[in-house]
Amino acid sequence: MTAVLGLAGFATFLLLLELVPRVGLVSPEYLPPLSEILGALADEVRTAEFWQAVGDTLRGWSLGLLIAVVLGVVVGIFLGIVPVLREFTASTIEFLRPIPSVALIPLAVLVFGTDLGSTLLLVVYAAFWQVLVQVMYGVHDVDPVAQETARSFGMGWWSRVRHLVWPTALPYVLTGVRLAAAVALILAITAELVIGSPGLGNRIGSAQSGGAVATMYALVLVTGVLGVAVNLLARLLERRVLHWHPSVRGEVAV
Amino acid sequence: MTSPLDGEALLQVRSLRKVYDARGRVVEAIGDLSFTVGKGELVCVVGPSGAGKTTLLKCVAGLLPPTSGEVVLDGLRVTAPPPGMAVVFQEYGRSLFPWLTVRGNVELPLKEKGLPRDRRTELVDEALRAVDLTEAVSAYPWQLSGGMQQRVAIARAVAYEPRIMLMDEPFAAVDAQTRADLEDLVRSLWQRFGVTIVFVTHDIDEAVYLGGRVLVLSSSPTELMDDVAIGLPEERDQLTTRSSPEFARLRAHVFELIQQAKGVR
Amino acid sequence: MTVVLRRIATVVAVPIALLAVWWMTSAQSTSYYLPPLSKILSTFDDVWFNQRFLDDVVPSLLRLLVGFSLALVLGVALGVLVGSSRAVRSYCEPVLEFLRAIPPPVLVPVLMLFAGIGDTMKVLVIVSGCIWPILLNTVEGVRAVDQVLSETCRVYRIGGRARLTTLVLRSASPQIMAGVRQAVSIGIILMVISEMFAASNGLGFTIIQFQRSFNITEMWTGILLLGILGFVLSLAVRAVDRRVLRWYHGQRRTHLGAR
Repeated sequence: MTAVLGLAGFATFLLLLELVPRVGLVSPEYLPPLSEILGALADEVRTAEFWQAVGDTLRGWSLGLLIAVVLGVVVGIFLGIVPVLREFTASTIEFLRPIPSVALIPLAVLVFGTDLGSTLLLVVYAAFWQVLVQVMYGVHDVDPVAQETARSFGMGWWSRVRHLVWPTALPYVLTGVRLAAAVALILAITAELVIGSPGLGNRIGSAQSGGAVATMYALVLVTGVLGVAVNLLARLLERRVLHWHPSVRGEVAV
Repeated sequence: MTSPLDGEALLQVRSLRKVYDARGRVVEAIGDLSFTVGKGELVCVVGPSGAGKTTLLKCVAGLLPPTSGEVVLDGLRVTAPPPGMAVVFQEYGRSLFPWLTVRGNVELPLKEKGLPRDRRTELVDEALRAVDLTEAVSAYPWQLSGGMQQRVAIARAVAYEPRIMLMDEPFAAVDAQTRADLEDLVRSLWQRFGVTIVFVTHDIDEAVYLGGRVLVLSSSPTELMDDVAIGLPEERDQLTTRSSPEFARLRAHVFELIQQAKGVR
Repeated sequence: MTVVLRRIATVVAVPIALLAVWWMTSAQSTSYYLPPLSKILSTFDDVWFNQRFLDDVVPSLLRLLVGFSLALVLGVALGVLVGSSRAVRSYCEPVLEFLRAIPPPVLVPVLMLFAGIGDTMKVLVIVSGCIWPILLNTVEGVRAVDQVLSETCRVYRIGGRARLTTLVLRSASPQIMAGVRQAVSIGIILMVISEMFAASNGLGFTIIQFQRSFNITEMWTGILLLGILGFVLSLAVRAVDRRVLRWYHGQRRTHLGAR
């Protein structure tokens, strides 16, 4: 029943997109009917530049995400394990975290111009915090009794990380990856749009300034589809990895 | 010993039947139930687990529509929660508003009733005094123990000045010592305010100790097995009443009925 | 006494150390991109605390405030509507999931078509980005209202408007607050982007102008100001959260303590 209703809702949405501009509620200059948008999409898909742009966006997204996750996990575990560090860095993290990544745009432009580097700077900065926070929550969640036991058995810090910290923190790490993946996509496209580095965002900007309205909307739809795909992928990964994981921890509200 | 027909009938349940559709399976929770509760009575409802006791209470409260049959309160059919009815739920933790203080919780239904502020304060204070919670008036429910939370729920019910009070296994989730205190509290409130009470429980001892009458239900599809008049004195006491021979006899009688209901010889 | 000192130390030790390192390493800096911290801090005053404050910073903040407030009201209202009925929820869910997956900055060029490059456009951009976390979180919160509490309201005949305010909204407030937190950070980002992309005044516009005219030091002061803004707003949200959700935190602490 849920699925039927959901489909009906989606169908209604598509219908509205088609009818509202045709009927004239909104000028078709500002919002072309869905059929026109889909037509523009079909044209886009046939060009090599489109796929190049998709590839560029995905490259910036995946590379930035990878760097952010690795950095976030390493720093997060390090700061989380040493109890003194956690306490002392809390204020710094609380200050740096809310700094909007877009504040770095001018710097990115200066240093990297319109290269992939600009995209990466923004993506990594924004995604890193998502991962870091979750990883630190995860490390904090390690059972202190288990830690004591491990230490009393003479387990070195590396083995403690491998056998105790990592399994406990894993669900949180995956939550962090999921949140970071979404943020990374947003920032990648933002960088492309505002700075002009290669990718879908850039293409959207060009379409808009060139007056190709239907194409612009078509590309916007593509970004939406990408967003949904990224989200689904992340959730799939989470489920797969945690399928055999004994813990059932929920997401910590950030 | 009050006969059910002495006082006027406040609540009448006539041929109540309730059938659920629980994910494909059809569950006949209540088969055919009829009974009457007179004004000012304290009636206990007891039965084996799964006997639809909570379902019965929800139908009486108007929270669930009956499949057939009817519930009549004060001459009017119950189709939705009627005015002048208070309910004390088993899950006391979840029935109190965590963002309101004790006073706020007890006062809320009175605000809905449209009572002026002075009267509300009067009722709230009296109710909290009756349940012995005056010091906790500005605390939040989650700061209190389980027993105290249930007292707040009871105070809320009492302050409402209801015609009838329904209690759904209210002391099931509370420890034995607190339960004894709360049972005595219910009886003292009943005597003090003269409110009609329908008390659902799975605890036979509790039912016999508290009730003026005990309705024994069968297991699903639930019907009325017996309507036992409790001939114990008006003034009851945990120690003496529970060790009296009459208590033991009544208890054994109800126990036997329940064993029958469960299909155990 | 030492407890207080220690607490202060834990809060300021690392930041001070980091600032010191930044100061010292940049002091001899001849790097074009990284002027000495001392210079950045000294120019901060001149750059911002003058007429520019009124011409650029205040309009930006006002747009953010208006946009966010609209998003809050609309998001909560729609969220309550959608969340109250399972049928409506199922109906709207796929569309909402799709719409919220569209990166909000992408809507800047779209909204420019409708609303030009003026204040309306910027406010609309902020609304269109901020509304999603609020709406979706409200739906979640409304959906998860406790069954027993809901029955209690029915029994005591608390319905209609009273039920909405005393039960639904209060019960959903922790979720809504989480949405508000996300919305604030998205709002700042969109405020800056809408100005960087197409504007004639504002915080984002000014900073990008500095960059384009290669006033690097001034640009850094702008970045610093944005950072401070983000931090201050997050503190404000935290303060509101502590006040409005005092009951929620208290309740969670009690339950967790009992673990």
